[in-house]
Parts: sequence; structure tokens; C-alpha cells
Amino acid sequence: MHKIKRMLSRLGAGFVNKVWRLGAGARLFWLTLISSGESFRRFRLTVREVYFTGVMSLIIILVSAFFVGMVLALQGYQTLQKYGSSEAIGVLVALALVRELGPVVTALLFAGRAGTAITAEIGLMKATEQLSAMEMMAVSPIARVIAPRFWAGVIAMPILATLFSMVGILGGYLVAVPLIGVDAGAFWSQMQANVDWRHDILNGVFKSVVFGVACTMIALFEGYDAPPTAEGVSRATTRTVVTSSLAVLGLDFILTSFMISV
Amino acid sequence: MANAIVEIKDLSFGYKGRLLHQGINMTFPRGKVVAIMGGSGSGKTTLLRLIGGQLKPSKGSVLVDGEVVHTQNRDGIYRLRRKMGMLFQQGALFTDLSVYENVAFPMREHTDLTESMIRDLVLMKLNAVGLRGAHALMPTELSGGMARRVSLARAIALDPSIIMYDEPFAGLDPISMAVICDLIRSLNDALGATSIIVTHDVEETFQFADYIYFVANGVVAAEGTPDDLRQSSLPFVHQFVYGEKDGPVPFHYAAPDYQHSLLRGAR
Repeated sequence: MHKIKRMLSRLGAGFVNKVWRLGAGARLFWLTLISSGESFRRFRLTVREVYFTGVMSLIIILVSAFFVGMVLALQGYQTLQKYGSSEAIGVLVALALVRELGPVVTALLFAGRAGTAITAEIGLMKATEQLSAMEMMAVSPIARVIAPRFWAGVIAMPILATLFSMVGILGGYLVAVPLIGVDAGAFWSQMQANVDWRHDILNGVFKSVVFGVACTMIALFEGYDAPPTAEGVSRATTRTVVTSSLAVLGLDFILTSFMISV
Repeated sequence: MANAIVEIKDLSFGYKGRLLHQGINMTFPRGKVVAIMGGSGSGKTTLLRLIGGQLKPSKGSVLVDGEVVHTQNRDGIYRLRRKMGMLFQQGALFTDLSVYENVAFPMREHTDLTESMIRDLVLMKLNAVGLRGAHALMPTELSGGMARRVSLARAIALDPSIIMYDEPFAGLDPISMAVICDLIRSLNDALGATSIIVTHDVEETFQFADYIYFVANGVVAAEGTPDDLRQSSLPFVHQFVYGEKDGPVPFHYAAPDYQHSLLRGAR
């Protein structure tokens, strides 16, 4: 009886803690939004962060995209040729990338590459009293540190996802056309005819913007909320990857179901 | 006191159910160097955070230049903080900025000075702490004592009327310690500022402080000039000033009976 009681109270405490953190995260999100004007006035700071989060993630994103595109073409061809429609390989690769894999895989890689870096940086800035020092100098750390990183992530994510899809399609092309021997004209014209600007491309970009907001905000919150110790920062970094990945996959389902029903 | 720039009135502060301060009264007169001393964990640093408005008192108030700190909104607190400079224990330099940019940071944030004026001011501040030659270095290339001095240059960047020091001597070699001691006194007098120093280094502090508050068990246990305190007959002050191992402050953290604990086995 006593054990059950203890288990229940631990469960309850865990739940309350999760709700509390959700609220704290939402509060930080709100403060970031209202501090954005202040940080936009010095847009140089945001540009600098776009370099660190976006440009520095390019290599891992582009290389992954290339391989994902090649694998898609190989796997797609296997199945399509059974039905005698191997020319549709271009459409398959493009749709899979533009609608789903581009935004989702980019967001997952972004969480691992840039998200962890953001969390560790903010967590260590907190641990070494840099954020406190800023506050004591009457400079808001949210406007100076958090908001520029947030907007950098939101700007970088759709661009990275777009590049992912482009390079992925290129990888698919290289496997399908020169390697397997699918007709190049069919590959491109089928793609052109069947990929819709609004329903496929814009929806994909919209997804990646949402993922950008979610991944960057989670990384920033975990860093800002991390206990100022080595263990605290390491746990926060792990949580960034876990929470971001789950959030991306969950949001992807929600967004896709809305996009299909509309 | 009309001449006081900072006043702490009947201040109580609790944290996670533990009462850290219970009815503290302190006065910091303009132009003086005042030290707050006490053992580790006696809430000295918390007092600085209360003065800076980073924490709110549970009772009582802190007045800076005649204004209550904790009732101010964010803009009000930021306005008060522009009168303050703070030196953090580990320096708290921004690791992504050079020494020069660290000192220029408050000027860039709060003034519209031209680049050439900022340059002159930064070099003057760095010269005051003897580190003009180190302006191009990054914080990771500095020794502990140098980082503390750069941080001091940054704290006085906007000529504050209050300079707060959080454990300025912790972990420094004797030479750096002497340098910091000298800087605290000379900068205070040159800027006409008021210095508040939180520390537990008796020897250094007694050399240059004008007035000292001893904090223990959440109250001001003793106060006075260094000479008063050296002659104090209060057991706590005597133990602290002369660094005796045992006394009113026990060597052992509160624990149940020793024999009893051992006999209970592995618990």
C-alpha cells in the first residue's frame, strides 16, 4: 500500500514538473517574441547566429540529403518497376523529399547538430554567470542572447530543408538516370507535372518553419533552464535531442493530417 | 542616513523554505569601501543580488539612491542597475568576445558614443587595471587574476556610483590579490564611488575597508571599523578574524550522535 502511494506521488510530481516546464517554456517563448523588436534593431547579431546554426550545419545536411535521395531512388525503382512505371521514379523521389523527408530529416539533424550546440552554449553561459552579468549591466539576456538565436533558427531551417530536398533530388537523379538508366526526360517531366507548388512545396516549407520554431525554442529553453552544473548542462543537451525529435515527429503528424484534409 | 547610497532595512530573505536572512540592517555611505564578511554559505552573495534587484526580499527592503529596489518594474530596475557595476566571482567575461569588446559591451549597449570615443574609453579603463596591452586577447587566454581585472574594467565602464565585488580575492595568487586590493581602493577613490565587497578574506579586507559587517546565521553578528573588530570580544568575530578552527561556528555540520550513528550500521 505504502509502495503504491509512493509510486503515485512520484508519478504526480513528475507530471506536475512536466506541466511546470511546459509553462516555463511557453513563458520564455512569449518573452522572446516581445523582445524580438529590440534584437531586430541589431540584426547583425541574428546574422551571426544564422552563420553558426545554419551555415555550419550545411555539410551534415547536404551529405545526408545526397544519400537519402540515392536510397530513395534505389528503393523506389525496385517497387515501381514491378508495376512497369519506373518513369514515375522522379515524382516519387521529389514528393517524398519535398513533403516529408526534407523538413523532417533536416529538423532531426538540426536538433542534433545546432540544437545541442545552442543548449550547451546557453547552459554554460548561465553556469559561468555570463547571463547574470548581462542582467546586472541592465542588458536583457533574452533580447541579446535568446532572441537572435531563435530567429536565426527560424530563418535557417526552411532554407536548410529546401537545400536538403534539392540535393536529395540530385542524388535520386544520379542513381535513377545515369546508373539505372531511366529516361532523363521522363524523370524530370513527370516530376514537373505532378509536384504542386502550393500543396507540396509550400506545405513543406511551412512544416520546416514550424519545426524551426519548435527545435530552436526547445534548445534555447533547455539551455536557459539547465541547472548551472556540468551534469545539468549534459542532461539538458540530451533532453534537447530527445524532446526536439519527438516534437518534430509529433508535429509532423498533426500538420500532415491538416494539410491532407484541407 | 541621508548620505547613504545603499540601505538595507529589516531585510528577510528565504529560499526553498530555508530562511537565509532574518532582519538585516546595513548602511553603505557614499564614497566608502564597505565589506560584508561571513562564512561560506552565509548568504553574502545573495545580499548583492538583492541590492541588484535579481532577487526579491520576503520582508523589508533595499534602497538604492533613495529608491526601493524590489517594487520597481523592469525598466526601473534596469535604470537603477546602470548606477551599479558588479564584479562576479569568476569574472563572468563573455567568452565569445575579446577583452576589448567585453569592456566596450556596456558602452555599446547603453550609449551612442562614436567608435573612436569608445576606443579611447576602453583603453583608458584597461589602462586603469594595467591591461591595455591585453586588449586583443580572448578571455580564455587570460589568467584568473587578469580575467578578474578585465571584469573590473568592464564593471567600471560606465563610471558607476556603486561597485559591487563578489569574492574578489577567491582563488588568486598573492601578487594578483595585492593588485586587486590596491585597485578596489584606488578606483573607489578616483571614481568617487561606493564599493561593496563580499568576501571572507580577513587579512586583505581589514587593510583597506572603511567599515565591515559580519553576517552569521542570517543576522548582522557584528559591525564596525577594522580596528573595532580586531579588538572585539565577541566569540564569533574572534574566531573568524583569527581563523580558529572551532568556536561558536562548529567544525562539524549538524549531525546525530557519533557513537549512535556508527552503532546503527550501514545507514
